[in-house]
Amino acid sequence: MSESSESPLVLVHRTPTLTYMDDHLSRNFRLLKTYASPDPLPVFLSRHAASVTAFVNIGRLKIDAELLSHLPSLQLLVCTSVGTDHVDLAECKRLGIAVTNAGDAFSDDVADCAVGLLISVLRLISVGDRYVRSGKWAKPGEFQLGTKVSGKRVGIIGMGTIGSRIAKRLEPFGCIISYNARTQKQSIPYRYYSDVLSLAADNDVLVLCCSLTDQTRHVVNREVMESLGKEGVIINVGRGELIDEKEMVKCLVEGVIGGAGLDVFEKEPQVPEELFGLDNVVLSPHAAVATPGALESVAQVAIANLKAFFSNQPLVSPVRLG
Amino acid sequence: MESIGVLMMCPMNAYLENELQKRYNLHRFWTCPEKPAFLETHRNSIRAIVGNASAGADAQLIDDLPKLEIISSFSVGLDRIDLGKCKEKGIRVTNTPDVLTEDVADLAIGLILALLRRLCQCDSYVKSGKWKYGDFKLTTKFSGKSVGIIGLGRIGTAIAKRAQGFSCPINYYSRTEKPDVGYKYYPTVVELAQNSDILVVACPLTDETRHIVNRQVMDALGPKGVLINIGRGPHVDEKELVKALTEGRLGGAGLDVFEEEPHVPEELFGLENVVLLPHVGSATVETRNAMADLVVGNLEAHFAGKPLLTQVV
Repeated sequence: MSESSESPLVLVHRTPTLTYMDDHLSRNFRLLKTYASPDPLPVFLSRHAASVTAFVNIGRLKIDAELLSHLPSLQLLVCTSVGTDHVDLAECKRLGIAVTNAGDAFSDDVADCAVGLLISVLRLISVGDRYVRSGKWAKPGEFQLGTKVSGKRVGIIGMGTIGSRIAKRLEPFGCIISYNARTQKQSIPYRYYSDVLSLAADNDVLVLCCSLTDQTRHVVNREVMESLGKEGVIINVGRGELIDEKEMVKCLVEGVIGGAGLDVFEKEPQVPEELFGLDNVVLSPHAAVATPGALESVAQVAIANLKAFFSNQPLVSPVRLG
Repeated sequence: MESIGVLMMCPMNAYLENELQKRYNLHRFWTCPEKPAFLETHRNSIRAIVGNASAGADAQLIDDLPKLEIISSFSVGLDRIDLGKCKEKGIRVTNTPDVLTEDVADLAIGLILALLRRLCQCDSYVKSGKWKYGDFKLTTKFSGKSVGIIGLGRIGTAIAKRAQGFSCPINYYSRTEKPDVGYKYYPTVVELAQNSDILVVACPLTDETRHIVNRQVMDALGPKGVLINIGRGPHVDEKELVKALTEGRLGGAGLDVFEEEPHVPEELFGLENVVLLPHVGSATVETRNAMADLVVGNLEAHFAGKPLLTQVV
């Protein structure tokens, strides 16, 4: 793996386990690795990163004004997630820093996970598997009936790359799709609801796959859950903070809503323990993107963004900074 | 009019039981301590049998009930009924097609996703508190994988349509090629398995299809391939399946049915690459009610001299 002295310099931060991009990066760039130094991050950056123009943030390290103040030459921040709620986008805009995200790299896997969670909740797949493995099927007694998936009314909050793929997967199930998003999209054939409360009232399932912003924090609150009703199911593959988690736990325990499939939580990896004993809840450890294919795709998107930046081409997956 | 004797073979649905009880003289076979004596006593009053996927009517039972006119099955599969005998004796047979097609197809996709994305393991990983100590491992993507379907009837077609939403190329095997479907046909199950990442059993169980998924097919599917069975347990050579899974020759299996339900081979209980369900293909409130209505509707039509709703024989 030879490194040409002509290769551009890229600052890289990652946690010890997220090594999937190491080869891609070292093959294409000279690397300044925050994780190769014992120095605390701000010290490391002050010492070594003054001339860095591009930064790859592998994982969800918080990028705030303080951190950015140590990167006076930064022009590009490459993120490996779709969500950029961990980045102070306003500050990036102020400093003239472009930001890119994972683009479409994860979208299929996240959509697959959302549909998988929905079917698992309604058809009691996780419960059923435990039931058989515990030997209970051989004993007298009947396993409970589930709820039909096909034909359900599904309201999707967020109709971007992930939401549209969830809709595409649910259409052959005869699900009736409607959505809420910042703005109505003319190219989309589904019914638009301008507010989440009405969306919840008219649907059996709510799927959360929108970005987390100041406007969308706790977009699913108690009122929305009461509107969804006691047969209603929530699927969250967005961010934990989209839901008022304390209220959701109460709603599930009290039967205000019918069930939930959750891949994300407000304070990961902490998960409210009241959910652990509930059969109508299926939990996942923020694993919607965790397939080798997804990681390979996001690595390629990141490299493509970096190459475009260094050759003055348009970025592949720029994030709108508002 | 003397009341019509209806023999219900096993417990299957409370709503169905009630509806039958209201209309007929319902005999619950599973509560009879001495079955031969019971049959002797009631042989001239039983005119209908209600069976399901677990229990139907074999030749012996049909011979024991000379006044039997109709068998109405609470299932779409008819492998528990001696159809040849019914034809011979002019006994009518009905089942519950169409109303359960979506549920079974939904479950097939659910099994694929739960298996490939390890959703059951993810659920227990979080619920056991393990997430605090580290992330779960990577799992396998479903979208874009090739799906091979054995049997392209109502259920097989519904599965194909759903899998297409995940951009899966669809292959199939059936007794005859269907030229207009737009899916790739393979003339043998082994070739289907060789060319598919996910093999789904969705054909009826007959003498020809017993053990249609045998060792050769499993080897063709291979250590990266997975098997999904929402048909009948005997479609798969279960002994070979257990060996193939425990020896790592087959990548995984999602099973809703087994050869000797409710018995499930215990060697499967410790495997992470299987999803095991207690025959719940049509087990939703909505669908079981619709199936019950069909069973009752067929019986009512028969005894009123009207055309049957879903006649097979």
